[in-house]
Amino acid sequence: MAVCIAVIAKENYPLYIRSVPTQNELKFHYTVHTSLDVVEEKISAVGKALGDQRELYLGLLYPTEDYKVYGYVTNSKVKFVIVVDSSNTSLRDNEIRSMFRKLHNSFTDVMCNPFHNPGDPIQSKAFDGIVSGMMVQTG
Amino acid sequence: MDQQESAAASAGSFISLNEHEQRYYSGLHSLCQADTSGKLSSGKVAELFKASQLPPESLHKVTEVCGAKRLGFFGTPQFYVALKLLAAAQSGLPIRLESVTANLPLPRFVGLQNDPEMRYTTVPPGVDGQGLPAPGSASWTPADRTTFRHLESSVDKKESWSPPRSPCSSPPRSPMNYRSYSYSKQRNGTDPQMVYESKHPSRPIVQLEQHSSPSNYGTKATVEHPVIVRASSSDRLDHQGLVDYSDDDPWRITEEQLEYYTNQFKSLQPDLSALILGSVAKNFFTKSKLPIPELSHIWELSDVDRDGALTFSEFCTAFHLIVARKNGYPLPESLPPTLRPGFIQQEADIPDTPESAEPLIVFEDAELRSSQLDQNIIERLQPSIATTKQDLKEESCQQDTTVMMTTPQQKQTLRLDAFPQRPEPPQDLDPQLKTKTRPRSYSSTSIEDAMKKAEEPPTPPPRPQKTHSRASSLDLNKLFQQGAIGVKSGWLPPPPALPPRPTTSQVSHFAPEKTPQNKVQQPNFADFSHFREEEENRVKVEEQGPRSRFGLSTEDLSGTSKQDLIGASHSQAPQKPVRRKYHPEPQNLESVPPPAMFPSHTKPAQKLPSRQKREIQMAIRKNKETNAVLTRLNSELQQQLKVVHQERVTLESQLDLLRPLAST
Repeated sequence: MAVCIAVIAKENYPLYIRSVPTQNELKFHYTVHTSLDVVEEKISAVGKALGDQRELYLGLLYPTEDYKVYGYVTNSKVKFVIVVDSSNTSLRDNEIRSMFRKLHNSFTDVMCNPFHNPGDPIQSKAFDGIVSGMMVQTG
Repeated sequence: MDQQESAAASAGSFISLNEHEQRYYSGLHSLCQADTSGKLSSGKVAELFKASQLPPESLHKVTEVCGAKRLGFFGTPQFYVALKLLAAAQSGLPIRLESVTANLPLPRFVGLQNDPEMRYTTVPPGVDGQGLPAPGSASWTPADRTTFRHLESSVDKKESWSPPRSPCSSPPRSPMNYRSYSYSKQRNGTDPQMVYESKHPSRPIVQLEQHSSPSNYGTKATVEHPVIVRASSSDRLDHQGLVDYSDDDPWRITEEQLEYYTNQFKSLQPDLSALILGSVAKNFFTKSKLPIPELSHIWELSDVDRDGALTFSEFCTAFHLIVARKNGYPLPESLPPTLRPGFIQQEADIPDTPESAEPLIVFEDAELRSSQLDQNIIERLQPSIATTKQDLKEESCQQDTTVMMTTPQQKQTLRLDAFPQRPEPPQDLDPQLKTKTRPRSYSSTSIEDAMKKAEEPPTPPPRPQKTHSRASSLDLNKLFQQGAIGVKSGWLPPPPALPPRPTTSQVSHFAPEKTPQNKVQQPNFADFSHFREEEENRVKVEEQGPRSRFGLSTEDLSGTSKQDLIGASHSQAPQKPVRRKYHPEPQNLESVPPPAMFPSHTKPAQKLPSRQKREIQMAIRKNKETNAVLTRLNSELQQQLKVVHQERVTLESQLDLLRPLAST
């Protein structure tokens, strides 16, 4: 359902960005980047809670006229950002959560791979597959 | 009967088999499982005869004529004669010895296991006996022959087979492999029949997999152990000629491969049911020199339970994928069914139970990784890597137990809890493991770090006592180890009276060396004699030389001549650069009782990076050599000075004697 999915590392550099309409990639990159500020703000607001997935999910970061941006942060301060098209009105919160959960799971799979160094761009085919699945749904 | 006997006995000499017949017959001969004495299995022969579709009377006649009836068994000549007779009977000739000499087509056997061979090699009755239907089939016969040979010796090959190792050039082999693949397509249905299933139930799989393996690994020479490479190069050549039997080869693990993987696994982790940690596996697979993204992909494929560690079957999968990749096969997007851990488990059950009970596969990481290196390098690397792996293994094993008890952290306990579940089928545990590991794995990267840190506290296995930590007498270690120069060896027998300063001992060692009578670079004991001589020299030189500047501690040396002094000064100069490099060194040099120190040093001296140690050792060695040279030079000069002095004294005395004369 997403038009753009991004994974940002703890130091706020991108580990993975993929967007469906490739011609607007720059716009999405910019959007994701600006959303980081919101993420940071929410992180600091959340406080010391750990491990609670509810708090990992940041919810709607900010809506624009075209799309909505949702955020999710892991315990290791890796941020997932999903940009969905605003025209998909029937996208419920739970669905977004499940998308984040899937992302998180496949992200941990990538991390478990000993050949993957944390901080490297994610090059896992499995991860790509999952992301594509999420984005293809949007159409 | 007598005639028949003699005829049969000489039948072998009568028979002139042409090339094809020769091949065919030898193939059939091996098909009939000749034992060591050359007797053929009568069951197999009977089967063969039945397959010839001749009436039983004819078969009996054939047996009689060829002499097997008389002998009670089929020897090779009897067998060949029988085959010829069969061919004769099939072509309508009477079953008599004279028929043997006729130019016969090859006998036809129907319904036998080697059908394809029949198909390709048997000649229709009308055709000339030598004719093989097509040139393609001609190429089959060598393959068949090699196949048969291979089947015969498959048992041997089982041990000596090492798939990808041979140093033979791999690229030229690839076309052969592809050709063999095309052959395999043709031979599909018949391939399994090639195996002697009756004899060895496991053999079929072996055969199938063996054929897959040569095609897989025959090409790439780079992977695997050089040791086995040498042994198996000939085997691989045989394999090369073999046709690929199974269709889905590249992803099927053969027996030999399984064994090999088991060995490798054992080298990493002695317990087959235990896990190989991700870092360990990473180091191991990195040695295969595959690019990291590919290794990453392989890991993704093989780690089905997503726990960051490899079970035995996962390990086999990963290894197999790596080998396949090295042989040029593109990596699959998803795990082939034959490589799934469950499949591998089944395969493991097929071999004899003792095999499965013990860790079959031992990975030789070193070999896998350093496949491109020279064999020597590989062998050199092996011990080091093996030791490191062993250390890691031991530490990790210790780690597992200790962390189980001690770590309060959730993550680690969760991870360790997950370990005992490993031996169970991974698929069943997937969801459980996932849920268990998921919350923990959020900071999964830290686990490895934590485990690594925890690995350090456990005392490492007893290290060789030769090396010592920084604070200890490293130099002395090297001194003792090297012992090339006499000075160093002089350390060994540290008599309590020996002066603590190495310089002085060096000097003392060399000073006597200057005396021509004394042997140069004597081991230790010479020191004492040197000492004594030194004292004598000292007495002589005392009048001349100033006392030693250095407050050499020992009283023996306190009065030593400027030899010592100069020697010490010389030795001190080289000491200075040494001191710069490594401060404890001079202390070590000065602290004499090395042997006393050595036993006391049980600290893990290996903690010191070996590179630095080696550099230091090199520097020390060089300095010592310079020391030795300088002290020798010094002693020689001293000697000369003494001589000159003596002359001067004598000349002066003469002058004194002459002066009163002159004055008068």
